[in-house]
Amino acid sequence: MRTKVFLGFVAPSVALMVLFIALPIASIVVQSLHVEHPRVLEEVETCSPFGGCTTELRVDTTATDSLREAEPLGRFAGLETYLNRNHLASAEIGAILRDNDGPADVVARIYDLPFYKALAFTLAYTFLVTPIAIVAGFFVALGVTGVTKGLRGPVIFMSLLPYIVTPLIGALIIYWMTGSDGIIGATLQVLFDDPGLHLRASPVLTWITLIVYGIWHMTPFAFVVFYAGLQTVPSDTLESAMIDGANRWEQIRYVVIPHLAPLVTFIALILLMDNFRVLEPIVSFQAEAHATSLSWAIYNDLYGQADQLFASAAATSVLTTIGVAVLLMPSLLRTWRSFRERGARS
Amino acid sequence: MKTFTITAAVGMAFATIASAECGIEAGSVRILGNDFDAISIVTDEARTCASDDVEVTVNLTTEHKNIQVPALSIDPAEYTVAIVANNSIVPLLNDGLIRPLDDLIARYGEDLSPQQMIRVGGETVAIAFMGNAQHLYFRSDVLEEAGVEPPETYEDVLAAAEAIRAAGIQEHPLAATNAAGWYLAAEFVNMHLGMGGDFFEAGTAEPAIENEAGVATLEMMKALSEYMGPDFLNYTADEMKALYLAGDVAIMNQWGSMAGAHIDGETSGNADVSEATVLAAAPTVGGGSIPAAALWWDGFAIAANVSDEDAAASFQAMLHATRPEVAAANPNAATWLIPGFEPTETSQAVLATARAGALAYPMTPQMGLLHTALGAELTDFMQGNETAEEALADVAASYRVSAREAGFLQ
Repeated sequence: MRTKVFLGFVAPSVALMVLFIALPIASIVVQSLHVEHPRVLEEVETCSPFGGCTTELRVDTTATDSLREAEPLGRFAGLETYLNRNHLASAEIGAILRDNDGPADVVARIYDLPFYKALAFTLAYTFLVTPIAIVAGFFVALGVTGVTKGLRGPVIFMSLLPYIVTPLIGALIIYWMTGSDGIIGATLQVLFDDPGLHLRASPVLTWITLIVYGIWHMTPFAFVVFYAGLQTVPSDTLESAMIDGANRWEQIRYVVIPHLAPLVTFIALILLMDNFRVLEPIVSFQAEAHATSLSWAIYNDLYGQADQLFASAAATSVLTTIGVAVLLMPSLLRTWRSFRERGARS
Repeated sequence: MKTFTITAAVGMAFATIASAECGIEAGSVRILGNDFDAISIVTDEARTCASDDVEVTVNLTTEHKNIQVPALSIDPAEYTVAIVANNSIVPLLNDGLIRPLDDLIARYGEDLSPQQMIRVGGETVAIAFMGNAQHLYFRSDVLEEAGVEPPETYEDVLAAAEAIRAAGIQEHPLAATNAAGWYLAAEFVNMHLGMGGDFFEAGTAEPAIENEAGVATLEMMKALSEYMGPDFLNYTADEMKALYLAGDVAIMNQWGSMAGAHIDGETSGNADVSEATVLAAAPTVGGGSIPAAALWWDGFAIAANVSDEDAAASFQAMLHATRPEVAAANPNAATWLIPGFEPTETSQAVLATARAGALAYPMTPQMGLLHTALGAELTDFMQGNETAEEALADVAASYRVSAREAGFLQ
């Protein structure tokens, strides 16, 4: 009976999870294992308004269509897409490791491969933006709690704005501001007394700009969760700390932070997931020359000039999913362990 | 009741006139196209063919390239007309989604010029109505001040840039659409055509850019970029227009379709710059004889998966929309390829580029994949992080992977 009740409660959510999570993941896995059929090419004369007629290739659509109808999923390629140069690049990495001029050369040449270039920025972005946004959010929350009651509403709204603005639009506006004619770009040129300073011109400055943007965008999320948490700090504990002679910092250190600690795990989980799929600022900042991310690689496969590389995009998606799972593993393990401990205690 | 009858009668009379003008008896015309001014002029004309028996709907969007293949794959197709260019027609051709137009031309197209017909393998697959290309824009006042002649080759452009810089007029006198991605690849294609280079081994989808022409192309692009602002990898066509109209650039390689926006002093926002702007054909390069620019056309194609009646109605509506009067009424909107069009100042340079023998952007089925690989892999070279040979090897490797995935290479 207990099992039946339990099943009755979880069945709808299991069904929804299968429909909206398991099936799409299975579908991209299947997609990533197939590539398109060989196209039957023929040489024909092509004429356009300029340059007259030339002999160019054309796809023989009838022949290609019959191949497609026979096997609509495409040609089974196994892990070929995962291992090719534009993804894990196993052959290229092997060649680099066999023959190189020391560690610096290995790093430089691996960084030249598109997947690793994207992974490097994605990880740097995730691991810099997440902790800094958490710390910044905490201090903003403390600051807002100190504001007089009447002003608090507007201040909270203003502090939330960076998170409310659509990332694509917010990033685009900041992109314009960072140009050499923009208010931020021009001010920095004056401050550093360097007319050649362009935030968009070097990889390092582009990375810094994107990461600062990420912090600006993500801090309000941490802030609003901490702010909610701050309302639940028990006032009697705070008061007794004050009676014991704790100054403001000691109150924060020994009362507020321990009280809010569980929230940090939650915020970190959400921010890690959000930051790992960074895309919009790269598009808006037109930063692809200096920084790409895994999500950007998927976007680029699907928004080529004319062709869409579904297998390539699917393989990157699967690799991204694995990346998210690895990232979240520590906090998931911690939750699982505390769940087990609680179970053992009761 | 009486009013209603009169309105209906007037409405019917108009409908008869409209359809008589377009010559369509019945059918459905559903147009998909890119969203810019010249195309909306054409589609607005097509709309006038609507009547009680003729339905005309238009969807103009910059996302047309992503919509067109699925929308034309279904039967009946969502759109009867696709407004396409050299590059966007390719996926439709690759999947057999547009129909040969020769029988429709024989029936209705006696006024078309042979130059308008895009022919592949002996069949007409699209009708071009406008052309476009990147070509030189330069500031005659700056060139005069620096004491240099108008450039005709890219080597002249470099010398002029050095003179302008040496004279202390501008630190970064050049600009080109070098934004990483599509634009940068388009600049490579322009320069590579001028160098006389090929993109593929004849008759195969194997890339053929790892050679002297490829290296020379990249070295010229790099040499030019030394005279551009440090953020040159962010220059899109719009960004470049802003730089130029701010007076920061003396010579640039800009799209012909944007000429009006640059030389019309009333709307450009900088009348002095507009006044001093000279439009010229794209320069030659490396001792070559043809301009280093790819020529583009915009035209219309008719979907394969629609009824013959709708195909005929669509073809007639588009012919009506691209008749000589439309070009004559909007002479500055585009470089019309419509018969009888008298070129104005804004289209002279595109036509001069074409007359000098520039080649068309290739309609090869796998070109889009090479274009994407170029856009992504050339940035390291342009930033000075690798040699031209390494960059071309990266492009070829990246292209080979996607061409294999798409089935062009085995």
